[in-house]
Amino acid sequence: MSLLDVQNLYVTFPTRNGPVDVVRGVSFNLGRERLGIVGESGSGKSQTGRAILGLTPPPGSARADQLSFEGTDLRNLTPKQWRKLRGKRMSMVMQDPKFSLNPVMAVGKQLMEVLRTHGAGRAAAKQAALEMLEAVQIRDPERVFRAYPHELSGGMGQRVMIAMMLVSQPDLLIADEPTSALDVTIQIEVLRILDRLVAERGMGLIFISHDLRLVSSFCDRVLVMYAGRVVEELKASELEQAKHPYTQGLINCLPDIDEDRHPLPVLDRDGAWAE
Amino acid sequence: MTTTLLSGRRSARWIMKILSTLGTVAVTFLGLLIVTFLIGRVVPVDPVLSVVGDRATQAQYDAAYHALGLDKPLIEQFWIWLVNVFHGDLGTSNLTTRPIAEDIARVFPATLELATVSIILGTAIGIPLGVWAAVRQGKLVDQIVRVVGLVGYSAPVFWLGLMGLLLFYFKMGLISGPGRIDLSYEYDFTPVTGLFLIDTAMQGAWGAFANVFSHIILPASLLGYLSLAYISRMTRSFMLNELGQEYITTARVKGVPEWRIIWGQALRNAAVPLVTVVALSYASLLEGSVLTETVFAWPGLGQYLTNSLQNADMNAVLGGTLVIGAIFVGLNMLSDLLYTLLDARTRNRK
Amino acid sequence: MSMTREWLLSDAPLSRRQAKLGQAYRTWLGFRTNGLAMFGLLIVVVLVLLALFAPWLAPHDPLTGDLNTTRLLPPLTEGYWLGTDDQGRDILSRLIYGSRITLAVVALVAILATPLGLLIGTTAGYFGGWVDTVLMRFTDIVLAFPKLILALAFVAALGPGIENAIIAIAITAWPPYARLARAETLTIRNSDFIAATKLQGASSARIIWKHIVPLCMSSIIVRVTLDMAGIILTAAGLGFLGLGAQPPQPEWGAMIAGGRNFLIDYWWVATMPGIAIFVVSLGFNLLGDGLRDVLDPKGQK
Repeated sequence: MSLLDVQNLYVTFPTRNGPVDVVRGVSFNLGRERLGIVGESGSGKSQTGRAILGLTPPPGSARADQLSFEGTDLRNLTPKQWRKLRGKRMSMVMQDPKFSLNPVMAVGKQLMEVLRTHGAGRAAAKQAALEMLEAVQIRDPERVFRAYPHELSGGMGQRVMIAMMLVSQPDLLIADEPTSALDVTIQIEVLRILDRLVAERGMGLIFISHDLRLVSSFCDRVLVMYAGRVVEELKASELEQAKHPYTQGLINCLPDIDEDRHPLPVLDRDGAWAE
Repeated sequence: MTTTLLSGRRSARWIMKILSTLGTVAVTFLGLLIVTFLIGRVVPVDPVLSVVGDRATQAQYDAAYHALGLDKPLIEQFWIWLVNVFHGDLGTSNLTTRPIAEDIARVFPATLELATVSIILGTAIGIPLGVWAAVRQGKLVDQIVRVVGLVGYSAPVFWLGLMGLLLFYFKMGLISGPGRIDLSYEYDFTPVTGLFLIDTAMQGAWGAFANVFSHIILPASLLGYLSLAYISRMTRSFMLNELGQEYITTARVKGVPEWRIIWGQALRNAAVPLVTVVALSYASLLEGSVLTETVFAWPGLGQYLTNSLQNADMNAVLGGTLVIGAIFVGLNMLSDLLYTLLDARTRNRK
Repeated sequence: MSMTREWLLSDAPLSRRQAKLGQAYRTWLGFRTNGLAMFGLLIVVVLVLLALFAPWLAPHDPLTGDLNTTRLLPPLTEGYWLGTDDQGRDILSRLIYGSRITLAVVALVAILATPLGLLIGTTAGYFGGWVDTVLMRFTDIVLAFPKLILALAFVAALGPGIENAIIAIAITAWPPYARLARAETLTIRNSDFIAATKLQGASSARIIWKHIVPLCMSSIIVRVTLDMAGIILTAAGLGFLGLGAQPPQPEWGAMIAGGRNFLIDYWWVATMPGIAIFVVSLGFNLLGDGLRDVLDPKGQK
């Protein structure tokens, strides 16, 4: 049985000109593997991730023919059932630790909150939190534990975020552009930590990004999304064989160090892709 | 430890902030003094006549004119006045024939008590209402809270006071009428703080306490309602802002129960600007008290001010204006400093 | 009808006038969907009509009554639907004439305070530097005063009367407009179109009045409308304290003060004017709220 099964997912937002589907019939299966979702801004990749966690922001709504997590149907869960799943079984790392960490709560308390919410004792939670901070290669866990988010750098903040989302050992992690708010040099470091932890724990990972090269070097499989639809699904190793013109366009846009390209290639968009 | 380093940096910033706030306050106070002084000079009432009476001879008039220092240049008069003010001398009231500073010290606790009970009521009800409205944005509750707020913004407080007295005192007899306390209870306790609720409770004079309470409840509810209108509206807007932040999503991803997200996380972040809102509405209650005290014959600063106004006792009017203005500026400064103190943690969000 | 509508809503206006009218029409369409705001607009329109046609609408003389026959009649008396006061004057007629005073106060304060605030704010924002510092420091000082107290002190100094009350309120009302105008000016003063106007040799005064002020207007209008309820309440408060309009003028606040003495037995004398004040300031509040929603969606505070 697969970890996550998504069939025909739609996410809809009401607007003044009637409802608009931002995700239109997305289907995929996820085992304990690393799946990348690539697409430009507004392609629906983030909303796909949030819909899986049941966090489509109101007034939007999500519906699907099938949306199940290890056999549990996610479509009609009560808030209480959701709370049991979120944080403990599935979690999400978001883009910018500057906004995704609570600014008036000490880091340690935020880490412990996950465990405490799911029933751990105070001492055990603290112990686990400190160990987790060490696992994301924070040198002085005790200090970071007491620090407030604004006292941390972006890279540190994102490591804290990863620690917080993995501390309860979930089976599924959704990483929504986890490195795009970070400096390039720190990106690799954070990715390496994420990579190692996911591999060690054998969890399923959905890695959402706009960066095709990053995704293909990091994931097993890649979904390419355009205008709310999956236009192509392929193995990361077979990227060169992409058939869809949008994917080919994206690949052609990548700079090449050995080649001097003039003029720079641009995507020629075809209205038919969005159909 | 790096924490000491951090706190060192923080306290340096703190000192800078305090210094600049104090500078602003000094300038504002000076402006307050100048404006008050100038208002006192343009007044068409002749201050000499009010001292010597209108049957005085020219010689008597000139002597009084000289004694009051009115023959000196304006700037020198201002200086003399300024020195007096800083010595706590606001002049003498023509109406009560006592030093104005003494008068104000005597009536001030009544206003303080009224404003404090009002702000407690307004905050205790206004914040939960605002939170509730934000959580249920666009729903019926939100609309009701909005209308309750708008009514508070639109109703003249002195009229509400009269209507309340008519209904609850004259018609239904539920509460006591104008004044702070009935005469028969006035000697059951000795005023220590001047805050009758506290004085009576400390001395176990529960009969007097009940009487004081039945006097204060209506004016305090009315003023409390005015601050509730403002506080609930601001709470709603701050909460909407916080609930849209990404850290709220993080908390949901973590599986934190919704009530803890709202009351623990979002409200705690909204508390930073809310503190200033509460301080500001406390200050504006002093203003509201002028009209309310008139209606309720409440022997406080507001009534003192309007009495002096109606008896053309200009020195007393200026003294009262100065004191209320100074408290107003002081509370403004306090809310500013509180914001800095609480905001130190949230700096990097802006 | 539908032709006009299409012309107004055109995506490609042919003239500047069409674009402007279209913009106004779109604002109106947004405004119209807000029921509460429309209600507020209705109240304000009724107020204006009452004030304009007071002599024709008022059934009785507002200033003199018959002390022998019509004294303190209760509401719903034939011909005196809201009752009469202690001077035998018809309260309804006094309220209708009183709307003229209320409207005059609101209009005059707006006419006095808005240009003052605009002038100070745009000047400070446009020139910056020490001009900005001095003007804004001054603004902050006035802003730091409690408004009603400052107005009280001014009226006490100038002497009671409706004119002095208006001046006093205007003096306390302009600082928020100055701050707002300054903030708006700061965001546009470095725009290219301002630089272009400068290059064409326009004077600072011309740039401020012809280019900056018009851009500040929509947020100022919203703010002024929202402040009008407060202005009405302050004026009524001054009248109640006997510092605003003087008897026998039918000013609503003074009417409440007059009715206060017979509150217990003749409740309507003080109640009716209070309802009038409440309804009118509620109207301005609703209108201002609605205007803010359509004109200034960012300033939701």
